[in-house]
Amino acid sequence: MRFEYNIEAGNFTKAGDASSSFKKVLKQLNVDPQIIKRIVVSLYEGEVNIVAHANGGKVICEVDTNRVQIKLIDEGPGIPDIEKAMQAGYSTASAKVREMGFGAGMGLQNIKNNADTFNIQSEVGVGTQLEIIVNLPKA
Amino acid sequence: MKLKEIASILNAEVICGHSKLERDVEAVFASDLMSDVLTIDSDKLLLLTGLVNIQTIRTSEMSDIKNIVLVRNKKASAEMIALAEENRIVIMQCSYSMFKSCGLLFANGLNPVY
Repeated sequence: MRFEYNIEAGNFTKAGDASSSFKKVLKQLNVDPQIIKRIVVSLYEGEVNIVAHANGGKVICEVDTNRVQIKLIDEGPGIPDIEKAMQAGYSTASAKVREMGFGAGMGLQNIKNNADTFNIQSEVGVGTQLEIIVNLPKA
Repeated sequence: MKLKEIASILNAEVICGHSKLERDVEAVFASDLMSDVLTIDSDKLLLLTGLVNIQTIRTSEMSDIKNIVLVRNKKASAEMIALAEENRIVIMQCSYSMFKSCGLLFANGLNPVY
Protein backbone atom coordinates (compact mmCIF):
# COMPACT_ATOMS: atom_id res chain seq x y z
CA MET A 1 0.00 0.00 0.00
CA ARG A 2 1.28 3.43 -0.91
CA PHE A 3 0.28 6.79 0.53
CA GLU A 4 1.55 10.17 -0.62
CA TYR A 5 1.22 13.51 1.14
CA ASN A 6 2.28 17.00 0.08
CA ILE A 7 3.98 19.19 2.68
CA GLU A 8 3.63 22.96 2.54
CA ALA A 9 6.65 25.11 3.42
CA GLY A 10 6.29 27.36 6.44
CA ASN A 11 2.72 26.36 7.32
CA PHE A 12 2.90 25.35 10.97
CA THR A 13 -0.87 25.11 11.25
CA LYS A 14 -0.75 22.12 8.92
CA ALA A 15 2.53 20.64 10.16
CA GLY A 16 1.67 17.16 11.33
CA ASP A 17 -1.35 16.62 9.07
CA ALA A 18 0.48 13.96 7.04
CA SER A 19 1.74 12.20 10.16
CA SER A 20 -1.74 12.28 11.67
CA SER A 21 -3.30 10.83 8.50
CA PHE A 22 -0.71 8.07 8.28
CA LYS A 23 -1.12 7.25 11.98
CA LYS A 24 -4.84 6.62 11.33
CA VAL A 25 -3.89 4.25 8.47
CA LEU A 26 -1.48 2.31 10.71
CA LYS A 27 -4.12 2.03 13.44
CA GLN A 28 -6.62 0.67 10.92
CA LEU A 29 -4.01 -1.88 9.87
CA ASN A 30 -3.72 -2.99 13.52
CA VAL A 31 -0.01 -2.26 13.73
CA ASP A 32 1.35 -2.56 17.29
CA PRO A 33 0.91 0.81 19.09
CA GLN A 34 4.58 0.94 20.19
CA ILE A 35 5.68 0.50 16.57
CA ILE A 36 3.13 3.07 15.38
CA LYS A 37 4.62 5.54 17.83
CA ARG A 38 8.16 4.97 16.50
CA ILE A 39 6.94 5.41 12.93
CA VAL A 40 4.85 8.52 13.45
CA VAL A 41 7.35 10.26 15.73
CA SER A 42 9.99 9.79 13.00
CA LEU A 43 7.60 10.92 10.30
CA TYR A 44 6.46 13.94 12.30
CA GLU A 45 10.05 15.03 13.00
CA GLY A 46 10.74 14.82 9.26
CA GLU A 47 7.52 16.59 8.36
CA VAL A 48 8.29 19.46 10.74
CA ASN A 49 11.77 19.71 9.21
CA ILE A 50 10.27 20.15 5.74
CA VAL A 51 7.84 22.80 6.99
CA ALA A 52 10.60 24.57 8.93
CA HIS A 53 13.53 24.41 6.54
CA ALA A 54 12.52 23.46 3.00
CA ASN A 55 10.64 25.05 0.14
CA GLY A 56 7.98 22.36 0.40
CA GLY A 57 8.11 18.68 -0.30
CA LYS A 58 6.32 15.39 -0.15
CA VAL A 59 6.12 12.24 1.92
CA ILE A 60 5.71 8.79 0.41
CA CYS A 61 4.76 5.98 2.80
CA GLU A 62 4.77 2.36 1.69
CA VAL A 63 3.45 -0.41 3.89
CA ASP A 64 3.96 -4.09 3.28
CA THR A 65 3.78 -7.10 5.57
CA ASN A 66 7.41 -6.82 6.69
CA ARG A 67 8.06 -3.13 7.03
CA VAL A 68 7.00 0.48 6.68
CA GLN A 69 9.17 2.59 4.42
CA ILE A 70 8.87 6.37 4.44
CA LYS A 71 10.57 8.74 2.03
CA LEU A 72 10.60 12.46 2.78
CA ILE A 73 11.64 14.42 -0.28
CA ASP A 74 11.98 18.18 -0.13
CA GLU A 75 12.73 20.91 -2.61
CA GLY A 76 15.77 22.59 -1.14
CA PRO A 77 17.74 24.37 0.14
CA GLY A 78 19.69 21.22 1.05
CA ILE A 79 22.04 20.56 3.95
CA PRO A 80 25.68 21.64 3.41
CA ASP A 81 27.13 19.43 6.15
CA ILE A 82 25.05 16.36 7.04
CA GLU A 83 27.47 15.21 9.75
CA LYS A 84 27.07 18.55 11.50
CA ALA A 85 23.27 18.47 11.06
CA MET A 86 23.19 15.08 12.78
CA GLN A 87 25.04 16.42 15.83
CA ALA A 88 22.86 16.84 18.92
CA GLY A 89 22.15 20.50 19.51
CA TYR A 90 23.17 21.78 16.08
CA SER A 91 20.35 23.76 14.52
CA THR A 92 19.77 26.40 11.89
CA ALA A 93 16.12 26.88 12.88
CA SER A 94 14.55 30.33 12.76
CA ALA A 95 13.05 32.11 15.76
CA LYS A 96 9.58 31.21 14.43
CA VAL A 97 10.45 27.50 14.43
CA ARG A 98 11.78 27.75 17.99
CA GLU A 99 8.61 29.51 19.10
CA MET A 100 6.69 26.44 17.94
CA GLY A 101 8.74 24.27 20.32
CA PHE A 102 11.21 22.86 17.80
CA GLY A 103 14.64 23.71 16.43
CA ALA A 104 16.72 22.27 19.26
CA GLY A 105 18.92 20.22 16.97
CA MET A 106 17.42 16.92 18.08
CA GLY A 107 15.13 15.89 15.23
CA LEU A 108 17.41 13.96 12.87
CA GLN A 109 18.94 12.05 15.77
CA ASN A 110 15.49 11.20 17.12
CA ILE A 111 14.47 9.89 13.69
CA LYS A 112 17.59 7.72 13.60
CA ASN A 113 16.87 6.42 17.11
CA ASN A 114 13.33 5.39 16.16
CA ALA A 115 14.12 3.87 12.77
CA ASP A 116 15.52 0.43 11.97
CA THR A 117 17.09 1.94 8.86
CA PHE A 118 17.78 5.63 8.33
CA ASN A 119 19.36 7.19 5.26
CA ILE A 120 19.85 10.83 4.44
CA GLN A 121 21.04 12.40 1.21
CA SER A 122 21.23 16.08 0.47
CA GLU A 123 22.41 18.39 -2.26
CA VAL A 124 22.69 22.10 -1.67
CA GLY A 125 20.32 24.01 -3.93
CA VAL A 126 18.42 20.85 -4.86
CA GLY A 127 16.98 19.25 -1.75
CA THR A 128 17.12 16.59 0.94
CA GLN A 129 15.81 13.04 0.94
CA LEU A 130 15.28 10.96 4.05
CA GLU A 131 14.50 7.28 4.03
CA ILE A 132 13.06 5.79 7.21
CA ILE A 133 12.35 2.08 7.52
CA VAL A 134 10.69 0.47 10.51
CA ASN A 135 10.42 -3.30 10.45
CA LEU A 136 7.14 -4.95 11.37
CA PRO A 137 7.20 -8.13 13.45
CA LYS A 138 6.05 -11.28 11.72
CA ALA A 139 2.41 -11.99 12.46
CA MET B 1 -2.94 9.25 40.39
CA LYS B 2 -6.20 10.11 38.72
CA LEU B 3 -6.57 13.23 36.58
CA LYS B 4 -9.28 14.57 38.88
CA GLU B 5 -6.80 14.50 41.80
CA ILE B 6 -4.21 16.31 39.67
CA ALA B 7 -6.81 18.95 38.79
CA SER B 8 -7.50 19.40 42.49
CA ILE B 9 -3.80 19.65 43.49
CA LEU B 10 -3.06 22.21 40.78
CA ASN B 11 -6.37 24.03 41.20
CA ALA B 12 -6.67 23.49 37.44
CA GLU B 13 -9.63 24.11 35.18
CA VAL B 14 -10.56 21.24 32.88
CA ILE B 15 -10.90 22.61 29.34
CA CYS B 16 -11.74 19.44 27.47
CA GLY B 17 -12.07 15.74 28.25
CA HIS B 18 -14.32 16.20 31.29
CA SER B 19 -15.49 12.57 31.02
CA LYS B 20 -11.94 11.21 31.23
CA LEU B 21 -10.91 12.44 34.69
CA GLU B 22 -10.79 8.91 36.10
CA ARG B 23 -7.80 8.27 33.85
CA ASP B 24 -4.62 7.21 35.67
CA VAL B 25 -1.33 9.06 35.38
CA GLU B 26 1.93 7.41 36.44
CA ALA B 27 4.60 9.90 35.39
CA VAL B 28 5.03 13.55 34.50
CA PHE B 29 7.20 15.27 31.93
CA ALA B 30 7.54 19.05 32.04
CA SER B 31 8.86 20.92 29.02
CA ASP B 32 8.20 23.77 26.64
CA LEU B 33 10.38 22.06 24.06
CA MET B 34 8.43 19.70 21.83
CA SER B 35 11.70 18.26 20.48
CA ASP B 36 12.29 16.89 24.00
CA VAL B 37 8.73 15.63 24.36
CA LEU B 38 9.13 13.62 21.15
CA THR B 39 11.97 11.63 22.72
CA ILE B 40 9.86 10.39 25.64
CA ASP B 41 8.58 6.85 25.62
CA SER B 42 6.30 6.44 28.62
CA ASP B 43 2.74 5.34 29.05
CA LYS B 44 0.16 7.06 31.23
CA LEU B 45 2.08 10.30 31.00
CA LEU B 46 1.07 13.83 31.92
CA LEU B 47 2.68 16.67 30.00
CA LEU B 48 3.14 19.97 31.82
CA THR B 49 3.89 22.78 29.40
CA GLY B 50 3.64 26.49 28.92
CA LEU B 51 3.88 26.19 25.15
CA VAL B 52 0.51 27.04 23.69
CA ASN B 53 0.12 26.34 20.01
CA ILE B 54 -1.30 23.65 17.74
CA GLN B 55 2.00 21.76 17.70
CA THR B 56 1.67 21.12 21.45
CA ILE B 57 -1.35 18.97 20.62
CA ARG B 58 0.16 17.47 17.45
CA THR B 59 3.26 16.43 19.39
CA SER B 60 1.07 14.84 22.06
CA GLU B 61 -0.93 13.01 19.39
CA MET B 62 2.25 11.53 17.87
CA SER B 63 3.71 10.65 21.27
CA ASP B 64 0.48 9.04 22.54
CA ILE B 65 0.26 11.59 25.35
CA LYS B 66 -3.35 11.85 26.46
CA ASN B 67 -3.07 14.34 29.30
CA ILE B 68 -1.84 17.95 29.21
CA VAL B 69 -1.73 20.69 31.83
CA LEU B 70 -1.02 24.19 30.54
CA VAL B 71 0.83 26.09 33.26
CA ARG B 72 1.55 29.82 33.83
CA ASN B 73 -2.07 30.73 33.11
CA LYS B 74 -1.71 29.92 29.40
CA LYS B 75 -4.95 29.40 27.50
CA ALA B 76 -5.70 26.77 24.88
CA SER B 77 -6.99 28.08 21.55
CA ALA B 78 -10.20 26.79 19.98
CA GLU B 79 -8.07 25.04 17.36
CA MET B 80 -6.06 23.26 20.05
CA ILE B 81 -9.20 22.18 21.90
CA ALA B 82 -10.79 20.79 18.71
CA LEU B 83 -7.67 18.75 17.87
CA ALA B 84 -7.39 17.53 21.47
CA GLU B 85 -11.02 16.39 21.48
CA GLU B 86 -10.51 14.56 18.19
CA ASN B 87 -7.61 12.66 19.80
CA ARG B 88 -9.25 12.09 23.20
CA ILE B 89 -6.65 14.32 24.87
CA VAL B 90 -7.53 16.03 28.16
CA ILE B 91 -6.41 19.65 28.49
CA MET B 92 -6.32 21.43 31.85
CA GLN B 93 -5.18 24.97 32.58
CA CYS B 94 -3.63 26.20 35.80
CA SER B 95 -2.29 29.53 36.97
CA TYR B 96 0.72 28.09 38.80
CA SER B 97 4.27 28.33 37.47
CA MET B 98 5.94 25.29 35.96
CA PHE B 99 8.14 24.98 39.07
CA LYS B 100 5.25 25.13 41.51
CA SER B 101 3.17 22.69 39.44
CA CYS B 102 6.04 20.20 39.26
CA GLY B 103 6.78 20.58 42.96
CA LEU B 104 3.21 19.96 44.01
CA LEU B 105 2.82 16.88 41.81
CA PHE B 106 6.18 15.45 42.91
CA ALA B 107 5.36 16.04 46.58
CA ASN B 108 2.09 14.21 46.05
CA GLY B 109 3.83 11.11 44.73
CA LEU B 110 3.94 11.42 40.95
CA ASN B 111 7.12 10.14 39.30
CA PRO B 112 9.48 11.77 36.84
CA VAL B 113 10.12 10.04 33.50
CA TYR B 114 13.83 9.88 34.30
